[in-house]
Amino acid sequence: MWIKGGRILDPATNTDAIGDVCIEGAEIASIYPGGKTAETNDVIDATGFWVMPGLIDMHAHLRDPGFEYKEDIYTGSLAAAAGGITTVIAMANTDPVNDSPAVTEYIIGKAKEVGLVRILPVGAATKGQKGKELAEMGLMKAEGIAGISDDGAPIEDAFMLRKILEYAATFGLRVISHPEDKSLSASGVMNEGELSTRLGLSGIPKAAEEVMVARDVIVSEFTGLPVHITHISTKGSMDIVKRAKEKGIPVSCDATPHHLLLTEERVSSYDTNTKMYPPLREDQDRGALIEGIKTSVIDVIATDHAPHARDEKDRDFDLAPFGVIGLQTLLPAVIKLHLEQDIDLMKAVSCVTINPARILGIDGGTICPGARADITIVDPNAVWTLTGDMIKSKSKNSPFIGSAFKGKVVYTIARGRKVYEDGS
Amino acid sequence: MIWTHKDLIGMDALGRDDIENIFDIATSFKEISTREIKKIPTLRGKTVVLLFYEPSTRTRMSFEIAAKRLSADTVSLSASGSSFEKGETILDAARNIMTMAPDCIVIRYPHAGIPELLARTLPCSIINAGDGFHEHPTQALLDIYSMRDHFGYTQGLNVLIAGDIMHSRVAKSNVYGLKKFGANVTLVAPKTLLPPGIDKWGADVCTDFDSALPDADVVMMLRIQKERIEQQFFSGEREYALFYGLDKSRVEKMKEGAIIMHPGPVNRGVEITYDATESARSVILDQVENGLAIRMALLYLFLGGGKRVD
Repeated sequence: MWIKGGRILDPATNTDAIGDVCIEGAEIASIYPGGKTAETNDVIDATGFWVMPGLIDMHAHLRDPGFEYKEDIYTGSLAAAAGGITTVIAMANTDPVNDSPAVTEYIIGKAKEVGLVRILPVGAATKGQKGKELAEMGLMKAEGIAGISDDGAPIEDAFMLRKILEYAATFGLRVISHPEDKSLSASGVMNEGELSTRLGLSGIPKAAEEVMVARDVIVSEFTGLPVHITHISTKGSMDIVKRAKEKGIPVSCDATPHHLLLTEERVSSYDTNTKMYPPLREDQDRGALIEGIKTSVIDVIATDHAPHARDEKDRDFDLAPFGVIGLQTLLPAVIKLHLEQDIDLMKAVSCVTINPARILGIDGGTICPGARADITIVDPNAVWTLTGDMIKSKSKNSPFIGSAFKGKVVYTIARGRKVYEDGS
Repeated sequence: MIWTHKDLIGMDALGRDDIENIFDIATSFKEISTREIKKIPTLRGKTVVLLFYEPSTRTRMSFEIAAKRLSADTVSLSASGSSFEKGETILDAARNIMTMAPDCIVIRYPHAGIPELLARTLPCSIINAGDGFHEHPTQALLDIYSMRDHFGYTQGLNVLIAGDIMHSRVAKSNVYGLKKFGANVTLVAPKTLLPPGIDKWGADVCTDFDSALPDADVVMMLRIQKERIEQQFFSGEREYALFYGLDKSRVEKMKEGAIIMHPGPVNRGVEITYDATESARSVILDQVENGLAIRMALLYLFLGGGKRVD
């Protein structure tokens, strides 16, 4: 396959140039800056398009096994491909929990059978994500997990966190921590503040996240072991991570598109598609997150794609489950941040390509000879509005339905095969 | 004056003119309840559905009697004995009820936001009879009406609201409404029962009941729920009663002419004692009586007992 005349954007090799990409089989064979006569008939004309590494979504819930009515590996793969994502990191809070090599094997096997994008499961940190006994990290690693996390059931016990960091490091696995002190978030359903009081909804204080971010940082410093803190949402958390990085503590973190683009004001309509953990925060928090991307305090933008069925979301705000989908809006959101928040394009792209690859120690996320032929081609000028029927996920719980975006995926190529083509 | 509102969800949406209009009509309806035949045909042929998903005595009965005095047909549904127990969500239930063409749904619900969601999606009028910790506008209307009825004015009135402010839709609706009527509101509670952002409500906030009490023209006590003890909002009834209960000695410290209010039901010996409820200062039963007139006025306005009312 020959991708002709596109603007190649690859932060890993610091490439921003018009040129051709030649793919042979499942790998990238060569890059031709300035272009070259194609040596095959299998040509994609990418003139006017961006050619970037296939995206890596570091945080998604594909619900399979166990909650296939919300999403399964097939529909999750379709949504990822349509969103230009070629690697999905799938969280472990399935049923059964992915805490054993058998579950890991099932997920990877089914993803291969579907054959669209790469799905790399995260293994649970503890058996059943109960926070009591270490899971079989080594055996799961042998089956192909890409990291460790009890996301969805945060590690409350600092002793366990220490053991998890040490045991995961033994197998070269990065731990992804969901920062939430459940005793402080309690029965809260939105950001705590004047607005939650006005709406009559219980609040989740920012401190519920920040005390755990601080704890994670301290345990990371004390053990000298890396930890990745996921879906950071407050200015206070940003300050803690910033100081930690300045001290050389091996922490990394991510933020979601919804926390980067939306604020708690959106909850005023009681729309349950604005309910997620952590909750949408205030504008000053959003501003701090954007600043965090610009200053590399935030390493990754990840979706926290969390599908829920319509009947689960179509009810009282208090009782609806937490979470929103995001696979098809990750790249549009990244482009929106570049266009509207003055985030450097290469920096923005690195947050969804090479940065997550490096943190997890997986291949991909770059366009260079010998790399996986995972490539996303984008029409940067296409203007479009997200509607419910565009959504490929089984669940449609997106806060971005009705939002306008500039920049659209036209082709997604995974391992040298077209897995998505706009309009087909 | 033209009544333009489709729904009543919260006090914020009502202008002072709207509220004056409700009060005027309520006053004119008060007399009906003193007649031997307590019924006028104004809303004949209209259907009012009372959806009470949370226990209620006063509000539910008040709405039902109000509707009947105006000759509307009422249908009452509560959580127990309805399909709610079979797991039907309120939104599905409402869609079904709508096919039976009610003119108005009065709803009490344990969680915030449902009246607003129904108002946005259903063509009939929705009256919020209390939703979670959000609002209880008809209670605030009857409270403010009762204050004005008693004093003849509201401007500059010092209203002290004491108790579980955090979980009180009554306190919130009253603050919104009283601000429109020029009253000075002071909220009193232990810090654990003051909600976040309360400093932005435009009311004074304090934790010392005794220091705020002597200036108050109105002392409104809120019901304290025992489950708040388990949830660690305060240490227990004994200490609460001692620091925040309205008892005989505190009633005696109240300003001359000051009144005692309570939205009910009272928790005797906790936030209020017999000495307070039975004192000459208490207007608690007047509140209930006025509540009926207020709800008659609301049903009249929302059900278009005359789209144009002068």
